[in-house]
Amino acid sequence: MNKYRIPENLAISDSGFLFLASTGETFSVNEIGKEILKGIQLHKTDEEIINDLLNDYDIDKQSLQKDFDDFILQLQKNNLALL
Amino acid sequence: MNTKNKYERPVINKFYSGMMNKFGSQTIASPLKEIEGKRLNDLTDKFGSPLFVLSEKKIRQNQKSAIRIFKTRYPKVQFAWSYKTNYLNAVCKIFHQEGSWAEVVSEFEYEKAKLLGVRGENIIYNGPEKSRESLITAIKDRAKIHIDHFDELYDLIELTDELKLKARVAIRVNMDVGIFPKWDRFGFNFENGEAHQAIRRITAQKNLELIGLHTHIGTYITYAESYKVAASKLMNLANWIYDEYKITIDYIDMGGGFASLNTLKGQYLPAEQTVPSLDQYADAIANGLLEVRYKGEELPTLYLETGRALIDDAAYLISTVIANKRLSDGTRALIIDAGINFLFTSFWYKHKISQATEADAHTENTAIYGPLCMNIDCINEGMNFPAMKKGEKIVMEYVGAYNMTQWLQFIKMRPNIIMIMNDGSIELVRKAETLNYLLEQELLPLKLT
Repeated sequence: MNKYRIPENLAISDSGFLFLASTGETFSVNEIGKEILKGIQLHKTDEEIINDLLNDYDIDKQSLQKDFDDFILQLQKNNLALL
Repeated sequence: MNTKNKYERPVINKFYSGMMNKFGSQTIASPLKEIEGKRLNDLTDKFGSPLFVLSEKKIRQNQKSAIRIFKTRYPKVQFAWSYKTNYLNAVCKIFHQEGSWAEVVSEFEYEKAKLLGVRGENIIYNGPEKSRESLITAIKDRAKIHIDHFDELYDLIELTDELKLKARVAIRVNMDVGIFPKWDRFGFNFENGEAHQAIRRITAQKNLELIGLHTHIGTYITYAESYKVAASKLMNLANWIYDEYKITIDYIDMGGGFASLNTLKGQYLPAEQTVPSLDQYADAIANGLLEVRYKGEELPTLYLETGRALIDDAAYLISTVIANKRLSDGTRALIIDAGINFLFTSFWYKHKISQATEADAHTENTAIYGPLCMNIDCINEGMNFPAMKKGEKIVMEYVGAYNMTQWLQFIKMRPNIIMIMNDGSIELVRKAETLNYLLEQELLPLKLT
Protein backbone atom coordinates (compact mmCIF):
# COMPACT_ATOMS: atom_id res chain seq x y z
CA MET A 1 0.00 0.00 0.00
CA ASN A 2 1.48 3.30 -1.08
CA LYS A 3 0.49 6.83 -0.41
CA TYR A 4 1.72 9.44 -2.83
CA ARG A 5 1.63 13.19 -2.55
CA ILE A 6 1.59 15.84 -5.21
CA PRO A 7 3.60 19.07 -5.15
CA GLU A 8 1.92 21.79 -3.12
CA ASN A 9 2.15 24.30 -5.94
CA LEU A 10 0.41 22.06 -8.51
CA ALA A 11 -2.88 23.53 -9.67
CA ILE A 12 -5.46 21.12 -11.15
CA SER A 13 -8.34 22.62 -13.09
CA ASP A 14 -11.70 20.89 -13.61
CA SER A 15 -10.89 20.43 -17.27
CA GLY A 16 -7.72 18.46 -16.45
CA PHE A 17 -5.24 21.26 -17.08
CA LEU A 18 -2.25 21.13 -14.71
CA PHE A 19 0.05 24.01 -13.88
CA LEU A 20 3.17 23.48 -11.81
CA ALA A 21 3.90 26.94 -10.49
CA SER A 22 7.44 26.17 -9.32
CA THR A 23 8.68 25.39 -12.83
CA GLY A 24 6.02 26.92 -15.08
CA GLU A 25 5.37 23.55 -16.70
CA THR A 26 1.88 22.72 -17.95
CA PHE A 27 0.22 19.38 -18.60
CA SER A 28 -3.13 17.93 -19.49
CA VAL A 29 -4.70 14.80 -18.07
CA ASN A 30 -7.84 12.97 -19.08
CA GLU A 31 -10.79 12.32 -16.76
CA ILE A 32 -9.37 9.23 -15.07
CA GLY A 33 -5.94 10.81 -14.76
CA LYS A 34 -7.61 13.75 -13.06
CA GLU A 35 -9.46 11.45 -10.63
CA ILE A 36 -6.21 9.74 -9.67
CA LEU A 37 -4.57 13.10 -9.01
CA LYS A 38 -7.58 14.24 -6.98
CA GLY A 39 -7.36 11.00 -4.97
CA ILE A 40 -3.70 11.66 -4.25
CA GLN A 41 -4.56 15.22 -3.31
CA LEU A 42 -7.10 13.85 -0.78
CA HIS A 43 -4.30 11.70 0.73
CA LYS A 44 -5.86 8.42 -0.36
CA THR A 45 -3.70 5.31 -0.69
CA ASP A 46 -3.19 3.69 -4.08
CA GLU A 47 -5.56 0.87 -3.09
CA GLU A 48 -8.26 3.33 -2.10
CA ILE A 49 -7.91 5.19 -5.38
CA ILE A 50 -8.03 1.96 -7.39
CA ASN A 51 -11.10 0.73 -5.50
CA ASP A 52 -12.87 4.05 -6.10
CA LEU A 53 -12.19 3.76 -9.81
CA LEU A 54 -13.32 0.14 -9.90
CA ASN A 55 -16.63 1.20 -8.42
CA ASP A 56 -17.13 3.90 -11.01
CA TYR A 57 -15.66 2.48 -14.20
CA ASP A 58 -16.16 -0.60 -16.31
CA ILE A 59 -12.70 -2.14 -15.98
CA ASP A 60 -11.14 -5.20 -14.33
CA LYS A 61 -8.74 -4.80 -11.42
CA GLN A 62 -5.65 -6.20 -13.14
CA SER A 63 -5.89 -3.89 -16.15
CA LEU A 64 -6.56 -0.91 -13.93
CA GLN A 65 -3.62 -1.78 -11.68
CA LYS A 66 -1.33 -1.87 -14.74
CA ASP A 67 -2.58 1.46 -16.05
CA PHE A 68 -2.38 3.01 -12.59
CA ASP A 69 1.26 1.93 -12.14
CA ASP A 70 2.12 3.25 -15.57
CA PHE A 71 0.40 6.58 -14.85
CA ILE A 72 2.21 6.93 -11.52
CA LEU A 73 5.52 6.35 -13.33
CA GLN A 74 4.62 9.17 -15.70
CA LEU A 75 3.70 11.45 -12.80
CA GLN A 76 6.96 10.63 -11.04
CA LYS A 77 8.97 11.25 -14.19
CA ASN A 78 7.45 14.73 -14.35
CA ASN A 79 7.89 15.31 -10.60
CA LEU A 80 4.14 15.36 -10.10
CA ALA A 81 3.90 12.45 -7.64
CA LEU A 82 6.19 11.88 -4.72
CA LEU A 83 6.21 8.94 -2.36
CA MET B 1 -27.44 -3.65 -16.89
CA ASN B 2 -23.99 -2.14 -16.60
CA THR B 3 -24.29 1.37 -15.22
CA LYS B 4 -20.61 2.02 -14.82
CA ASN B 5 -18.80 4.67 -16.82
CA LYS B 6 -16.75 3.82 -19.90
CA TYR B 7 -13.13 3.35 -18.95
CA GLU B 8 -10.22 5.09 -20.63
CA ARG B 9 -6.69 4.57 -19.39
CA PRO B 10 -5.23 7.55 -17.49
CA VAL B 11 -3.12 9.77 -19.71
CA ILE B 12 -0.90 12.75 -19.07
CA ASN B 13 0.58 14.96 -21.76
CA LYS B 14 3.12 17.65 -21.22
CA PHE B 15 2.82 20.87 -23.21
CA TYR B 16 5.93 22.12 -24.90
CA SER B 17 6.24 25.67 -26.11
CA GLY B 18 7.89 26.28 -29.44
CA MET B 19 7.65 22.64 -30.55
CA MET B 20 4.80 22.85 -33.02
CA ASN B 21 5.31 23.04 -36.73
CA LYS B 22 2.88 24.23 -39.36
CA PHE B 23 1.77 20.66 -40.07
CA GLY B 24 0.83 19.99 -36.44
CA SER B 25 0.97 16.46 -35.18
CA GLN B 26 -1.55 13.70 -35.31
CA THR B 27 -2.89 12.77 -31.90
CA ILE B 28 -5.83 10.64 -32.92
CA ALA B 29 -4.95 7.23 -34.31
CA SER B 30 -7.34 5.46 -36.64
CA PRO B 31 -7.31 1.68 -36.56
CA LEU B 32 -6.98 -0.66 -39.52
CA LYS B 33 -9.32 -3.47 -38.57
CA GLU B 34 -9.77 -5.17 -41.91
CA ILE B 35 -7.89 -5.91 -45.09
CA GLU B 36 -10.24 -6.21 -48.05
CA GLY B 37 -13.11 -7.07 -45.74
CA LYS B 38 -11.18 -9.68 -43.73
CA ARG B 39 -10.88 -8.98 -40.01
CA LEU B 40 -7.27 -9.10 -38.93
CA ASN B 41 -8.09 -11.09 -35.79
CA ASP B 42 -9.86 -13.74 -37.87
CA LEU B 43 -6.82 -14.03 -40.12
CA THR B 44 -4.38 -14.48 -37.23
CA ASP B 45 -6.74 -16.88 -35.44
CA LYS B 46 -6.52 -19.13 -38.47
CA PHE B 47 -2.97 -18.56 -39.72
CA GLY B 48 -1.09 -17.42 -36.61
CA SER B 49 0.89 -14.32 -35.80
CA PRO B 50 2.93 -12.70 -37.18
CA LEU B 51 1.34 -13.02 -40.58
CA PHE B 52 2.09 -11.53 -43.99
CA VAL B 53 -1.01 -10.77 -46.04
CA LEU B 54 -0.86 -10.13 -49.79
CA SER B 55 -3.60 -8.78 -52.02
CA GLU B 56 -4.03 -10.27 -55.49
CA LYS B 57 -6.35 -7.43 -56.45
CA LYS B 58 -3.83 -4.75 -55.50
CA ILE B 59 -0.97 -6.44 -57.38
CA ARG B 60 -3.04 -6.69 -60.55
CA GLN B 61 -4.28 -3.11 -60.19
CA ASN B 62 -0.72 -1.83 -59.73
CA GLN B 63 0.60 -3.65 -62.80
CA LYS B 64 -2.33 -2.67 -65.01
CA SER B 65 -2.07 0.93 -63.93
CA ALA B 66 1.70 1.03 -64.54
CA ILE B 67 1.29 -0.40 -68.05
CA ARG B 68 -1.36 2.19 -68.86
CA ILE B 69 0.75 5.04 -67.49
CA PHE B 70 3.81 4.12 -69.56
CA LYS B 71 1.99 3.05 -72.73
CA THR B 72 0.19 6.37 -72.94
CA ARG B 73 3.60 8.08 -73.08
CA TYR B 74 5.80 5.72 -75.07
CA PRO B 75 4.57 3.41 -77.85
CA LYS B 76 6.34 0.16 -76.97
CA VAL B 77 6.62 -0.90 -73.33
CA GLN B 78 7.46 -4.20 -71.70
CA PHE B 79 7.59 -4.81 -67.94
CA ALA B 80 9.74 -7.55 -66.42
CA TRP B 81 8.97 -8.52 -62.85
CA SER B 82 11.93 -8.01 -60.55
CA TYR B 83 12.21 -11.39 -58.84
CA LYS B 84 14.48 -10.22 -56.05
CA THR B 85 11.80 -7.79 -54.84
CA ASN B 86 9.42 -10.64 -54.10
CA TYR B 87 9.94 -14.06 -55.64
CA LEU B 88 7.02 -15.90 -54.11
CA ASN B 89 5.55 -18.08 -56.83
CA ALA B 90 2.07 -16.65 -56.29
CA VAL B 91 3.34 -13.09 -56.68
CA CYS B 92 5.49 -13.82 -59.75
CA LYS B 93 2.67 -15.74 -61.40
CA ILE B 94 0.26 -12.83 -61.08
CA PHE B 95 2.76 -10.45 -62.67
CA HIS B 96 3.39 -12.93 -65.49
CA GLN B 97 -0.35 -13.30 -66.04
CA GLU B 98 -0.51 -9.52 -66.34
CA GLY B 99 2.03 -9.69 -69.16
CA SER B 100 5.21 -9.07 -67.26
CA TRP B 101 8.37 -10.99 -68.13
CA ALA B 102 10.96 -12.08 -65.57
CA GLU B 103 13.99 -10.07 -64.46
CA VAL B 104 16.33 -12.28 -62.47
CA VAL B 105 19.68 -11.70 -60.80
CA SER B 106 20.70 -15.19 -59.79
CA GLU B 107 20.76 -18.73 -61.00
CA PHE B 108 17.97 -19.90 -58.73
CA GLU B 109 15.74 -16.99 -59.70
CA TYR B 110 16.38 -17.92 -63.34
CA GLU B 111 15.32 -21.52 -62.67
CA LYS B 112 12.30 -20.33 -60.68
CA ALA B 113 11.14 -18.21 -63.62
CA LYS B 114 11.44 -21.17 -65.95
CA LEU B 115 9.52 -23.39 -63.54
CA LEU B 116 6.78 -20.77 -63.55
CA GLY B 117 6.55 -21.14 -67.31
CA VAL B 118 8.45 -18.05 -68.46
CA ARG B 119 10.13 -18.71 -71.80
CA GLY B 120 13.89 -18.16 -71.88
CA GLU B 121 13.62 -15.34 -74.40
CA ASN B 122 11.36 -13.53 -71.92
CA ILE B 123 13.89 -13.70 -69.11
CA ILE B 124 16.26 -10.81 -68.47
CA TYR B 125 19.34 -12.18 -66.76
CA ASN B 126 20.97 -9.43 -64.70
CA GLY B 127 23.45 -9.30 -61.87
CA PRO B 128 27.19 -9.39 -61.27
CA GLU B 129 27.41 -13.14 -60.62
CA LYS B 130 26.41 -15.50 -63.39
CA SER B 131 27.99 -18.95 -63.28
CA ARG B 132 29.30 -20.50 -66.50
CA GLU B 133 26.63 -23.20 -66.19
CA SER B 134 23.86 -20.63 -65.91
CA LEU B 135 25.29 -18.66 -68.83
CA ILE B 136 25.25 -21.81 -70.95
CA THR B 137 21.59 -22.34 -70.04
CA ALA B 138 20.78 -18.70 -70.78
CA ILE B 139 22.56 -18.85 -74.17
CA LYS B 140 20.67 -22.01 -75.12
CA ASP B 141 17.38 -20.53 -73.88
CA ARG B 142 17.99 -17.35 -75.90
CA ALA B 143 17.53 -15.34 -72.73
CA LYS B 144 18.52 -11.69 -72.65
CA ILE B 145 21.87 -11.62 -70.90
CA HIS B 146 22.81 -8.25 -69.44
CA ILE B 147 26.57 -8.16 -69.14
CA ASP B 148 27.85 -6.58 -65.95
CA HIS B 149 31.63 -6.61 -66.37
CA PHE B 150 34.43 -7.49 -68.79
CA ASP B 151 35.17 -10.86 -67.17
CA GLU B 152 31.60 -11.91 -67.89
CA LEU B 153 31.95 -10.64 -71.43
CA TYR B 154 35.08 -12.76 -71.94
CA ASP B 155 33.28 -15.77 -70.46
CA LEU B 156 30.48 -15.28 -72.96
CA ILE B 157 32.89 -14.98 -75.88
CA GLU B 158 34.54 -18.22 -74.81
CA LEU B 159 31.28 -20.07 -74.19
CA THR B 160 29.57 -19.04 -77.42
CA ASP B 161 32.66 -20.12 -79.36
CA GLU B 162 32.64 -23.49 -77.60
CA LEU B 163 28.91 -23.98 -78.02
CA LYS B 164 28.86 -22.50 -81.50
CA LEU B 165 25.74 -20.65 -80.48
CA LYS B 166 24.82 -16.98 -80.52
CA ALA B 167 24.12 -15.18 -77.27
CA ARG B 168 21.64 -12.30 -77.15
CA VAL B 169 23.22 -9.67 -74.97
CA ALA B 170 22.84 -6.16 -73.64
CA ILE B 171 25.22 -4.23 -71.43
CA ARG B 172 24.40 -2.61 -68.16
CA VAL B 173 25.54 0.99 -68.22
CA ASN B 174 26.23 3.13 -65.16
CA MET B 175 26.30 6.90 -65.43
CA ASP B 176 26.19 10.19 -63.63
CA VAL B 177 22.57 11.33 -63.47
CA GLY B 178 23.11 13.95 -60.82
CA ILE B 179 22.12 11.91 -57.79
CA PHE B 180 23.96 10.56 -54.79
CA PRO B 181 25.00 7.83 -54.25
CA LYS B 182 26.15 7.16 -57.80
CA TRP B 183 25.67 3.49 -58.57
CA ASP B 184 28.86 2.81 -60.48
CA ARG B 185 29.66 -0.65 -59.19
CA PHE B 186 27.35 -2.33 -61.70
CA GLY B 187 27.92 -2.38 -65.42
CA PHE B 188 30.12 -0.25 -67.63
CA ASN B 189 30.56 3.47 -67.19
CA PHE B 190 29.11 5.82 -69.79
CA GLU B 191 31.18 8.92 -69.17
CA ASN B 192 34.65 7.36 -69.15
CA GLY B 193 34.11 5.37 -72.35
CA GLU B 194 34.01 1.94 -70.73
CA ALA B 195 30.53 1.27 -72.10
CA HIS B 196 31.68 2.18 -75.64
CA GLN B 197 34.68 -0.12 -75.24
CA ALA B 198 32.43 -3.02 -74.16
CA ILE B 199 30.21 -2.42 -77.18
CA ARG B 200 33.25 -2.40 -79.51
CA ARG B 201 34.29 -5.75 -78.03
CA ILE B 202 30.77 -7.22 -78.41
CA THR B 203 30.26 -6.07 -81.97
CA ALA B 204 33.58 -7.62 -82.94
CA GLN B 205 32.27 -11.06 -81.93
CA LYS B 206 30.34 -13.08 -84.47
CA ASN B 207 28.53 -15.00 -81.71
CA LEU B 208 27.37 -12.06 -79.62
CA GLU B 209 24.26 -10.25 -80.75
CA LEU B 210 23.88 -6.82 -79.17
CA ILE B 211 20.13 -6.38 -78.68
CA GLY B 212 19.76 -3.80 -75.94
CA LEU B 213 21.07 -1.30 -73.43
CA HIS B 214 20.30 -1.36 -69.74
CA THR B 215 20.71 0.95 -66.79
CA HIS B 216 19.50 0.94 -63.22
CA ILE B 217 20.37 4.26 -61.67
CA GLY B 218 19.68 3.45 -58.03
CA THR B 219 16.96 2.64 -55.59
CA TYR B 220 14.15 4.71 -54.05
CA ILE B 221 14.92 7.57 -56.44
CA THR B 222 12.79 10.56 -55.42
CA TYR B 223 14.01 12.85 -58.19
CA ALA B 224 12.18 11.78 -61.36
CA GLU B 225 14.27 14.00 -63.66
CA SER B 226 17.27 11.70 -63.03
CA TYR B 227 15.49 9.14 -65.19
CA LYS B 228 15.24 11.66 -67.99
CA VAL B 229 19.00 12.19 -67.90
CA ALA B 230 19.57 8.42 -67.86
CA ALA B 231 17.11 7.76 -70.69
CA SER B 232 18.64 10.39 -72.95
CA LYS B 233 22.16 9.14 -72.25
CA LEU B 234 21.16 5.59 -73.21
CA MET B 235 19.40 6.87 -76.34
CA ASN B 236 22.54 8.80 -77.29
CA LEU B 237 24.54 5.62 -76.80
CA ALA B 238 22.04 3.76 -78.99
CA ASN B 239 22.56 6.40 -81.68
CA TRP B 240 26.34 6.01 -81.39
CA ILE B 241 25.90 2.24 -81.89
CA TYR B 242 23.83 2.90 -85.00
CA ASP B 243 26.32 5.44 -86.35
CA GLU B 244 29.29 3.16 -85.77
CA TYR B 245 27.89 -0.29 -86.58
CA LYS B 246 24.46 0.26 -88.19
CA ILE B 247 22.96 -1.90 -85.44
CA THR B 248 19.38 -1.12 -84.45
CA ILE B 249 18.90 -2.23 -80.87
CA ASP B 250 15.66 -3.91 -79.80
CA TYR B 251 15.25 -2.27 -76.44
CA ILE B 252 16.33 0.19 -73.80
CA ASP B 253 15.92 -1.17 -70.28
CA MET B 254 15.52 1.56 -67.67
CA GLY B 255 15.66 -0.85 -64.73
CA GLY B 256 13.82 0.01 -61.55
CA GLY B 257 14.32 2.22 -58.52
CA PHE B 258 10.99 4.04 -58.36
CA ALA B 259 10.15 4.95 -54.77
CA SER B 260 7.10 3.57 -53.00
CA LEU B 261 4.96 5.33 -50.42
CA ASN B 262 7.19 4.37 -47.52
CA THR B 263 8.85 7.24 -45.70
CA LEU B 264 12.60 6.95 -45.20
CA LYS B 265 14.07 7.31 -41.75
CA GLY B 266 15.48 10.77 -41.36
CA GLN B 267 13.01 12.11 -43.91
CA TYR B 268 11.06 15.05 -42.51
CA LEU B 269 8.03 15.09 -44.77
CA PRO B 270 5.97 11.95 -45.34
CA ALA B 271 6.48 9.98 -48.55
CA GLU B 272 3.05 11.00 -49.83
CA GLN B 273 4.44 14.53 -50.19
CA THR B 274 7.92 13.72 -51.47
CA VAL B 275 7.69 10.67 -53.72
CA PRO B 276 7.02 11.33 -57.41
CA SER B 277 3.99 9.61 -58.90
CA LEU B 278 4.44 6.87 -61.49
CA ASP B 279 3.18 9.41 -64.04
CA GLN B 280 6.09 11.70 -63.23
CA TYR B 281 8.61 8.87 -63.63
CA ALA B 282 6.94 7.89 -66.91
CA ASP B 283 7.01 11.48 -68.16
CA ALA B 284 10.71 11.77 -67.37
CA ILE B 285 11.65 8.50 -69.07
CA ALA B 286 9.47 8.98 -72.15
CA ASN B 287 10.67 12.56 -72.61
CA GLY B 288 14.28 11.50 -72.17
CA LEU B 289 13.92 8.81 -74.83
CA LEU B 290 11.82 10.75 -77.33
CA GLU B 291 13.62 14.07 -77.15
CA VAL B 292 16.76 12.38 -78.49
CA ARG B 293 15.62 11.30 -81.92
CA TYR B 294 16.59 7.68 -82.52
CA LYS B 295 18.49 7.15 -85.75
CA GLY B 296 17.92 3.39 -86.02
CA GLU B 297 15.31 1.68 -88.15
CA GLU B 298 12.73 1.20 -85.41
CA LEU B 299 12.19 2.83 -82.04
CA PRO B 300 13.51 0.54 -79.29
CA THR B 301 11.04 -1.00 -76.85
CA LEU B 302 11.15 0.45 -73.34
CA TYR B 303 11.77 -2.26 -70.74
CA LEU B 304 11.02 -1.60 -67.09
CA GLU B 305 12.06 -3.73 -64.14
CA THR B 306 9.83 -1.98 -61.62
CA GLY B 307 9.66 -3.90 -58.36
CA ARG B 308 9.06 -1.93 -55.17
CA ALA B 309 6.51 0.51 -56.62
CA LEU B 310 4.32 -2.38 -57.83
CA ILE B 311 4.30 -4.60 -54.76
CA ASP B 312 5.03 -2.58 -51.61
CA ASP B 313 1.45 -1.46 -50.99
CA ALA B 314 0.02 -4.89 -51.80
CA ALA B 315 1.25 -6.47 -48.56
CA TYR B 316 0.68 -6.10 -44.83
CA LEU B 317 2.36 -7.61 -41.81
CA ILE B 318 0.07 -8.34 -38.86
CA SER B 319 1.76 -8.68 -35.51
CA THR B 320 0.69 -9.21 -31.89
CA VAL B 321 1.62 -7.11 -28.87
CA ILE B 322 3.69 -9.17 -26.45
CA ALA B 323 4.29 -6.57 -23.77
CA ASN B 324 4.26 -2.92 -22.78
CA LYS B 325 7.29 -1.33 -21.16
CA ARG B 326 8.63 1.98 -19.99
CA LEU B 327 12.19 2.82 -20.95
CA SER B 328 14.47 4.49 -18.42
CA ASP B 329 13.63 7.95 -19.75
CA GLY B 330 9.89 7.30 -19.44
CA THR B 331 9.32 6.58 -23.13
CA ARG B 332 6.65 3.98 -23.68
CA ALA B 333 7.73 0.86 -25.55
CA LEU B 334 5.78 -1.91 -27.20
CA ILE B 335 7.22 -5.35 -27.83
CA ILE B 336 5.61 -7.14 -30.75
CA ASP B 337 6.10 -10.63 -32.17
CA ALA B 338 7.56 -9.52 -35.52
CA GLY B 339 11.05 -8.11 -35.54
CA ILE B 340 13.58 -6.84 -38.01
CA ASN B 341 14.16 -10.44 -39.07
CA PHE B 342 10.79 -10.33 -40.86
CA LEU B 343 10.69 -6.62 -41.53
CA PHE B 344 14.14 -5.99 -42.93
CA THR B 345 13.03 -2.74 -44.54
CA SER B 346 12.44 -1.20 -41.10
CA PHE B 347 16.19 -0.53 -41.11
CA TRP B 348 15.51 2.31 -43.52
CA TYR B 349 11.76 2.92 -43.54
CA LYS B 350 9.41 4.45 -41.01
CA HIS B 351 6.69 1.95 -41.82
CA LYS B 352 3.10 3.00 -41.45
CA ILE B 353 1.90 1.15 -38.36
CA SER B 354 -1.70 1.03 -37.17
CA GLN B 355 -3.56 -0.70 -34.38
CA ALA B 356 -6.08 -3.33 -35.45
CA THR B 357 -8.64 -2.53 -32.78
CA GLU B 358 -10.34 0.58 -31.51
CA ALA B 359 -7.95 2.04 -29.00
CA ASP B 360 -7.65 5.11 -26.85
CA ALA B 361 -8.03 8.38 -28.63
CA HIS B 362 -4.85 9.49 -26.90
CA THR B 363 -1.53 8.65 -28.39
CA GLU B 364 1.89 8.75 -26.85
CA ASN B 365 5.40 8.67 -28.19
CA THR B 366 6.12 4.94 -28.38
CA ALA B 367 9.11 2.89 -29.42
CA ILE B 368 8.23 -0.40 -31.11
CA TYR B 369 10.56 -3.35 -30.64
CA GLY B 370 10.55 -6.84 -32.07
CA PRO B 371 10.87 -10.04 -30.05
CA LEU B 372 14.51 -10.80 -30.80
CA CYS B 373 16.94 -10.80 -27.93
CA MET B 374 19.03 -8.25 -29.78
CA ASN B 375 19.29 -4.54 -29.13
CA ILE B 376 19.08 -3.72 -32.83
CA ASP B 377 15.61 -5.23 -33.08
CA CYS B 378 13.79 -1.92 -33.25
CA ILE B 379 10.94 -1.43 -35.72
CA ASN B 380 10.35 2.23 -34.86
CA GLU B 381 12.36 4.37 -32.45
CA GLY B 382 9.42 6.59 -31.61
CA MET B 383 6.02 7.33 -33.08
CA ASN B 384 2.67 8.57 -31.79
CA PHE B 385 0.75 5.45 -30.95
CA PRO B 386 -2.20 4.60 -28.71
CA ALA B 387 -1.84 2.33 -25.71
CA MET B 388 -2.12 -1.33 -26.63
CA LYS B 389 -2.85 -4.33 -24.48
CA LYS B 390 -0.93 -7.59 -24.56
CA GLY B 391 -2.45 -9.79 -27.26
CA GLU B 392 -3.85 -6.95 -29.35
CA LYS B 393 -2.88 -6.74 -33.00
CA ILE B 394 -1.03 -4.10 -34.92
CA VAL B 395 -0.48 -3.98 -38.66
CA MET B 396 2.37 -2.64 -40.75
CA GLU B 397 1.67 -1.43 -44.26
CA TYR B 398 3.75 -1.18 -47.46
CA VAL B 399 5.80 -4.28 -46.69
CA GLY B 400 5.53 -6.14 -50.00
CA ALA B 401 8.97 -5.27 -51.36
CA TYR B 402 12.10 -7.09 -50.20
CA ASN B 403 10.77 -8.27 -46.83
CA MET B 404 9.68 -11.65 -48.14
CA THR B 405 13.05 -12.16 -49.83
CA GLN B 406 15.52 -10.47 -47.49
CA TRP B 407 13.93 -11.82 -44.31
CA LEU B 408 16.04 -13.85 -41.97
CA GLN B 409 15.41 -17.10 -40.23
CA PHE B 410 17.02 -15.87 -37.04
CA ILE B 411 15.83 -16.74 -33.53
CA LYS B 412 12.33 -17.19 -34.92
CA MET B 413 11.02 -19.22 -37.83
CA ARG B 414 9.56 -17.30 -40.73
CA PRO B 415 5.76 -17.03 -40.56
CA ASN B 416 2.89 -17.90 -42.89
CA ILE B 417 2.15 -15.76 -45.91
CA ILE B 418 -1.42 -15.65 -47.16
CA MET B 419 -3.00 -14.01 -50.17
CA ILE B 420 -6.49 -12.56 -50.35
CA MET B 421 -7.62 -13.57 -53.80
CA ASN B 422 -9.75 -11.61 -56.24
CA ASP B 423 -12.78 -13.78 -55.43
CA GLY B 424 -12.44 -13.06 -51.71
CA SER B 425 -11.00 -16.44 -50.79
CA ILE B 426 -7.82 -16.75 -48.77
CA GLU B 427 -4.90 -18.90 -49.89
CA LEU B 428 -1.82 -19.88 -47.95
CA VAL B 429 1.04 -19.07 -50.36
CA ARG B 430 4.01 -19.88 -48.13
CA LYS B 431 3.92 -22.11 -45.11
CA ALA B 432 5.46 -21.05 -41.81
CA GLU B 433 8.81 -22.69 -41.23
CA THR B 434 9.19 -25.41 -38.62
CA LEU B 435 12.08 -26.89 -36.69
CA ASN B 436 12.06 -29.79 -39.17
CA TYR B 437 12.56 -27.31 -42.02
CA LEU B 438 15.62 -26.01 -40.22
CA LEU B 439 17.00 -29.44 -39.40
CA GLU B 440 16.50 -30.74 -42.93
CA GLN B 441 19.66 -28.97 -44.06
CA GLU B 442 21.81 -29.90 -41.07
CA LEU B 443 24.13 -32.86 -40.77
CA LEU B 444 25.47 -33.98 -37.41
CA PRO B 445 28.82 -35.76 -37.80
CA LEU B 446 28.66 -39.32 -36.48
CA LYS B 447 31.68 -38.57 -34.29
CA LEU B 448 29.54 -36.13 -32.34
CA THR B 449 26.62 -38.42 -31.68
